Amino acid sequence: MMRPQNMKIFDELRNLNVLTVQNAKREGKKVVGCYCTFTPQELILAAGAYPVTLCGTRQEPVAAAERDLPRNLCPLIKSSYGFAITGKCPYFEAADLLVAETTCDGKKKMYELMGKIKPMHVMKLPHSPKSEEALAAWTKEMHVLKDWLAEKFEVEITEEDIRKAIKLMNREREAMRRLHATTKVKPSPVSGVDLLVSVWTKGFNINKEDGIKLVEDLTAEIEEMAARGLSPFTSETPRILLTGCPVGFGSEKVVRLLEESGASVVAFENCSGYKSLDRLVDENPNKDVMTALAEKYLSIPCSCMSPNEGRLALIHKLAREYQVDAVVDLTWQACHTFNVEAFVIRDYVQNQLNLPYMHLETDYSESDVEQLRVRVQAFLELIQGE
Amino acid sequence: MITAGIDVGSVSTKVVLLMDDEIQYLVRPTGWSPRDAGLNTYKELLAAAGCKDSEVQCKVGTGYGRISLGFIDKAVTEIHCHARGAGYLAGRGGLVIDIGGQDSKAIVINDCGKVLDFAMNDKCAAGTGRFLQVIAAALGVDVSELGELARGRQPLEINSMCTVFAESEVISLLAKGEDKRDIIAGIHRSVARRVWGMASRFAPAGKVIFTGGVAKNRDVRERLALESGSEVIAPELGQLAGALGAALYARELAAKK
Repeated sequence: MMRPQNMKIFDELRNLNVLTVQNAKREGKKVVGCYCTFTPQELILAAGAYPVTLCGTRQEPVAAAERDLPRNLCPLIKSSYGFAITGKCPYFEAADLLVAETTCDGKKKMYELMGKIKPMHVMKLPHSPKSEEALAAWTKEMHVLKDWLAEKFEVEITEEDIRKAIKLMNREREAMRRLHATTKVKPSPVSGVDLLVSVWTKGFNINKEDGIKLVEDLTAEIEEMAARGLSPFTSETPRILLTGCPVGFGSEKVVRLLEESGASVVAFENCSGYKSLDRLVDENPNKDVMTALAEKYLSIPCSCMSPNEGRLALIHKLAREYQVDAVVDLTWQACHTFNVEAFVIRDYVQNQLNLPYMHLETDYSESDVEQLRVRVQAFLELIQGE
Repeated sequence: MITAGIDVGSVSTKVVLLMDDEIQYLVRPTGWSPRDAGLNTYKELLAAAGCKDSEVQCKVGTGYGRISLGFIDKAVTEIHCHARGAGYLAGRGGLVIDIGGQDSKAIVINDCGKVLDFAMNDKCAAGTGRFLQVIAAALGVDVSELGELARGRQPLEINSMCTVFAESEVISLLAKGEDKRDIIAGIHRSVARRVWGMASRFAPAGKVIFTGGVAKNRDVRERLALESGSEVIAPELGQLAGALGAALYARELAAKK
């Protein structure tokens, strides 16, 4: 399948990222590991430390995790914990501190166990995206995190530091948005698997400026390919919006199956994709900086929010902008919030957007690939009016 | 015109030759090699029908073994083939419920056999033909006898959905001295409940067209009618729905050539 040249750089980046983080450590730099898009990386940057995503998208350490965790738990939680206890995630090893949030029950309780391995701060995330009280509580949580980081690293975090970090993170979000937007072209110049791998790899790159540059180079190349009419797909290829649980390298099987079966995944509504990029942090200098952060992060339409109307609005927006033909909703087994919310999403997609919808529930393992393939192929036959 | 449909399922391989509107068919166990089962069953049917491979204008494969068949013109998923075959056999649209060897599906079709929506069971074999085979083995009866043994009996409550746990539950019931026939009736009711749990969101789609190997079991049919509260049509050749649907697709493809 046709790939942008810059994808090779991203393939190599996977090894390079490890060296970068190890070198930074050797130079005495501080590293903070995080798992989720709710982590306000701005505060970590303002503390003079490097935020880095931790491993949790692969099947390998799941068996090790099941020593301490129940089998009937989502694979993301088991994988994250398994990587932590087996020492197989170099970023976890490099991290001085960990920051996480009370998103779902499974994560919240797992973090209690993980907190015994490394110093960890768990932010208490409220679950009402629109209430004043929730915003006030979440703003307070921003202060608590800031104070914790300042104390641990023995630094002073000034408002100016935070405003600078906000500008940097907004630039990164804008660069990522432009990368995602390259697939709005019909047919998409890049495969969904390549887009996913590049976005995922970037998460482990601790140097924000380098990361932005790499993303911009890749975007420029893909835009240029689109201008020349290059694409691994045709104008007949069904265009899919993927929503639901996060997907990374090692757990991309559904995206791979869709594209092997003749579709093109053009929009990633999930939190490993576009979800957290839709809204920037308000840079208005007259606005309280901690409230600005709290507002941005509380507006991320994750299924742990209740009600979670923002997700419907985002699916609507992306379905239109990316000209999708169908919506696929992926739930990792035992992710109750996304699994229950699938009912609402199905109804909305089928009856309001009038698009075909398919819900898939699976885990990171390869054991059900052929059963999934039947469903995926049958769904594509349905879209194409076979 | 002669076309063929080859449905290589997890348990049995079904081949249909569609000679104008005449249906010839053959069912054989799939065994360990889906590729050989598909090819050999096809060849055997050709010989029985006195017909040559060169006379068959188009061959469509379906079922889990469809990807290993080298001799077919096209592979189509069992969802679409079952729907097409079931619609043809029933002569109408509605809600197709198919329970095969390792999966169960619910498919809404219109009167032309076109798929409007579908659902499939998850990866485990609970409530499928394999489930019934395991239970039959635990009770020392053949799977083909289950239907008659359970008819008119009082079903016992079977709580486990998992095949492995249900087998243990059945063994415990036997140990308690429960009647084998009531246990089977309980198993059938749990199969009907499970499949209806998956299919009920399509309930307004109309009459239920029940196909797949498990549809041959009359007691499951009756219990599915009770659970769904709707009429259940089980076409006599229901086990062939996938292969027949594939042969119908092959006929369309051949006509387009």
